[in-house]
Amino acid sequence: MSTTFQIPTMAEKTAAGDQPEILFWVGCAGSFDERYKAVTIAFVKILNKLEINFAVLGEEETCTGDPARRAGNEFLFQMQAMSNIQVLNGYQVKKIVTACPHCFNTLKNEYPELGGNYEVLHHSQFLQQLIHAGQVVLKGGGGFKGKKITFHDSCFLGRANNVYEAPREIIEALDMELVEMKRCRSKGLCCGAGGAQMFKEPEAGKKDINIERTEEALATGAKTIAVGCPFCLTMISDGVKNKEKENEVKVLDLAELIANDLGLNS
Amino acid sequence: MSILPQLLFLTLLVASGVVLYRRITFLRNTILLGKSESRTDNPSQRWKTMALIAFGQQKMFKRVGPAILHLLIYVAFIVINIEVLEFVIDGISGSHRIFAPALGGVYTVAMNIFEWLAIAVLVSCVAFLIRRNITRVPRLTMPELRGWPALDANLILWIEIVLMLAILTMNATDQLLAERGVAGYIPLGGLIFSSVLAPLFDGFGDGALVITERIAWWFHIVGILAFAIYVTYSKHLHIFLAFSNTWFSNLKPKGEMKNMKEITNEVKLMLGVPTQGVEEPPAEVGRFGAKDVNDLSWVNIMNAFACTECGRCTAECPANITGKKLSPRKIMMDTRDRAEEVSKSIANGGPGLEDGKTLLGDYITKEEINACTSCNACVEACPINIDPLDIILQLRRYVAMEESASPAQWNVMFQNIETSFAPWKFAPTDRFKWADEIKGKPMND
Repeated sequence: MSTTFQIPTMAEKTAAGDQPEILFWVGCAGSFDERYKAVTIAFVKILNKLEINFAVLGEEETCTGDPARRAGNEFLFQMQAMSNIQVLNGYQVKKIVTACPHCFNTLKNEYPELGGNYEVLHHSQFLQQLIHAGQVVLKGGGGFKGKKITFHDSCFLGRANNVYEAPREIIEALDMELVEMKRCRSKGLCCGAGGAQMFKEPEAGKKDINIERTEEALATGAKTIAVGCPFCLTMISDGVKNKEKENEVKVLDLAELIANDLGLNS
Repeated sequence: MSILPQLLFLTLLVASGVVLYRRITFLRNTILLGKSESRTDNPSQRWKTMALIAFGQQKMFKRVGPAILHLLIYVAFIVINIEVLEFVIDGISGSHRIFAPALGGVYTVAMNIFEWLAIAVLVSCVAFLIRRNITRVPRLTMPELRGWPALDANLILWIEIVLMLAILTMNATDQLLAERGVAGYIPLGGLIFSSVLAPLFDGFGDGALVITERIAWWFHIVGILAFAIYVTYSKHLHIFLAFSNTWFSNLKPKGEMKNMKEITNEVKLMLGVPTQGVEEPPAEVGRFGAKDVNDLSWVNIMNAFACTECGRCTAECPANITGKKLSPRKIMMDTRDRAEEVSKSIANGGPGLEDGKTLLGDYITKEEINACTSCNACVEACPINIDPLDIILQLRRYVAMEESASPAQWNVMFQNIETSFAPWKFAPTDRFKWADEIKGKPMND
C-alpha cells in the first residue's frame, strides 16, 4: 500500500499492464476551475484512501462536448465525442466515474450512439455504493454532525437522469440534518448554468437565476449548501457572495464533505 | 308521430360527422408536416405510460387542488358520454330513454350518478372561471394568453356549464311530465339533483313543459356535437391528444439529446473513422436544426396540438421565473399556430411554407431560445409529457450551424473547445496540473 497520493494515468497503467477498475473522468471544470480543483483533489484523496484501482486520462482528456451540443453546435459536439471515444475505447475503458453531471449525462446517454459504451457513474452514486458496501465508514466527524445542510439538485443529475437518492444517502451517512428546499428533487430549480448558460451572460430579466436559487437555499437556515456539480457550485457560491453570506454559509461538493469526514482535508 | 325530428337529428349527426372527419384529416396532415420519427419501440412501456399519465392523471396530482377539480370534469366527460349513446339512439329511432325500461332501478342509479357528475362539473368549471378571471392565478394570466387563448379557455368552461345545466333542466322537466302521467315519459323514481330544479317549472302547463324538455334535450345533444367540432379548433383538443401524446412519449433519459446521424457520417469521414455497415444514401440534405415547422419532428407538432396551455411548464421555468422572455408554453403555442398557418395555406392552394415567414424569427425569437438552461423543468412539469426543450434545442442547432449566429460568448466557447479542448481558454497541456498539488504527497494517517 502506498503511503503517498498516487494519480496514475491510463497511459501509465496500460504501460504497466494494469487495467484499472475505474476511470475517473475529471472534466474541464475539475481540471481548470480554481474552486473545483479542490473537489477533484478531495475525490482523488478518497480514492487513494480506499485503495481503489483508478486512473485518469490526464492530458488526453478533452471536453465531452456537452456545452457545444446544448448551444446547438452538433458538429463540434460530435468531433469531441468521437475523439474521446477513440481514446476511451483504445484503453478498453469499461467503467467511468465523474464528478460532473454534465459529463456524466453525455458519457452515459449520448456516447453510446456514437460507439462509446461504458458503465458511467456520478461520483455520488459511486460513493453511495462504497458506503453501502461498508468501504466508507463515516464518523459523522468533520465538524458537520447534526448540523443543518441543504442539497441543491443538479438538473443533469436529477431530472435528466433521475438520480435523487445517492446524494441524499451520502448526507444521511454524514449524520447531518438535511433540510430540503421547497423546490427539490424533480421540482428542483436550476442554478442557471445549464444548457451552456455557464458560458454566457444571461438574457435580460428581472433577476439572475442563481440569486433566486441561493435565496431559497439560505431560507432553509442551513449553513452548508451541498452540491454535486461544478457549475452549480460556481453559481451558488456566487449567489452566496452576492448575499454577503460567504463567511457563514459554505457551499461544498459531496466529495468534499466525505473527505472532510475522513480527515483527508489537510 | 312525425319523423321530422328524427330526420333532422340524423342530418345533424351526419353533417357533424363529415365536418369532424375533415377537421381530423386537416389536423393529421398538419402534424405530418413534421419529419418522420420512430416512437414505437417498447410498446408495453408505452401503454403503461399512457395508462398512468393520461388515463390515470398521475402527473396532474403534483398540484392536488386543481387535480381534483380536473379529475371530476374528466370522469364526468367519460361517464356522461355513455348517456350520449342513449341520446343518439333516441334521436335516430324516435324513442325516449330507450335504456330505462330494460335497466329499471339501475337506470335510476346511473342517472343519479350522471347528475352528481354534472353538478361536480358545474362546481369545477365555476372554480376554474374564478381562478382564471377573479383570483387570476399567475400562470393562467400571462401575456401569451391574451386574445383568443384566454377567450378559448373561458368559452370551454362556459360551454360545459351550459351543457350541464341543459341535462339538469331536461331531467327536471322530464320527471315532472312523468309525474303528471304524460304519455311517453317514464317515472324514474327520484332524481336527487334535478328534482331541486323542479319547483322552477311547476307552474308550466304540460305543453310548455314538453317544449322545455325538448329544447333542453336538443340543446344538449346539438351542443355536444358542436362542442366536438369546436374542440378541433381549440386547446381543448388535449382531451383526445393527451392519450396519443403520452403513448408516443420520449422514453429515454430526459438529459439525452437526439443524435444527428447526418452529422455523424461527416464527422466520421473527417476523423477517418471507418463507417460501418451499409451506408445509407444521404437522404435529401435538409437543414441542420430547425428553422420552421417542417424541420421539426411530427412528435413536436403533435405535442403542440396536445397542449392545453395550462402553463405548468412556464411556472416552473427558471428563465421565466426570473423575468426572461422565454416561456415554454409559448414555444408550444407558436409551433402549433405556425403549423396551422402553413397547413391552412397548403389546403387552400397557398404558398404554405414559402409564405416568407418562419417559426424562428416570426414566432419565436432568439432571445427566447437563448435563455433556456435545458434544465428539463418544463418537460417534468407537463401533465401529458410535452417536450418544449426538444424544440428549443433544434432551433438552437439551426442558429449555430446554419447561421453561425449564436451569442458571441458561445462562439468564443466553441473556439475554445476547438483549439483548447475545453470551454475555457486554457492550454491543453495544463489540464493535468491540478495533480501536482497532491501527487506524491504523504497520506496523513
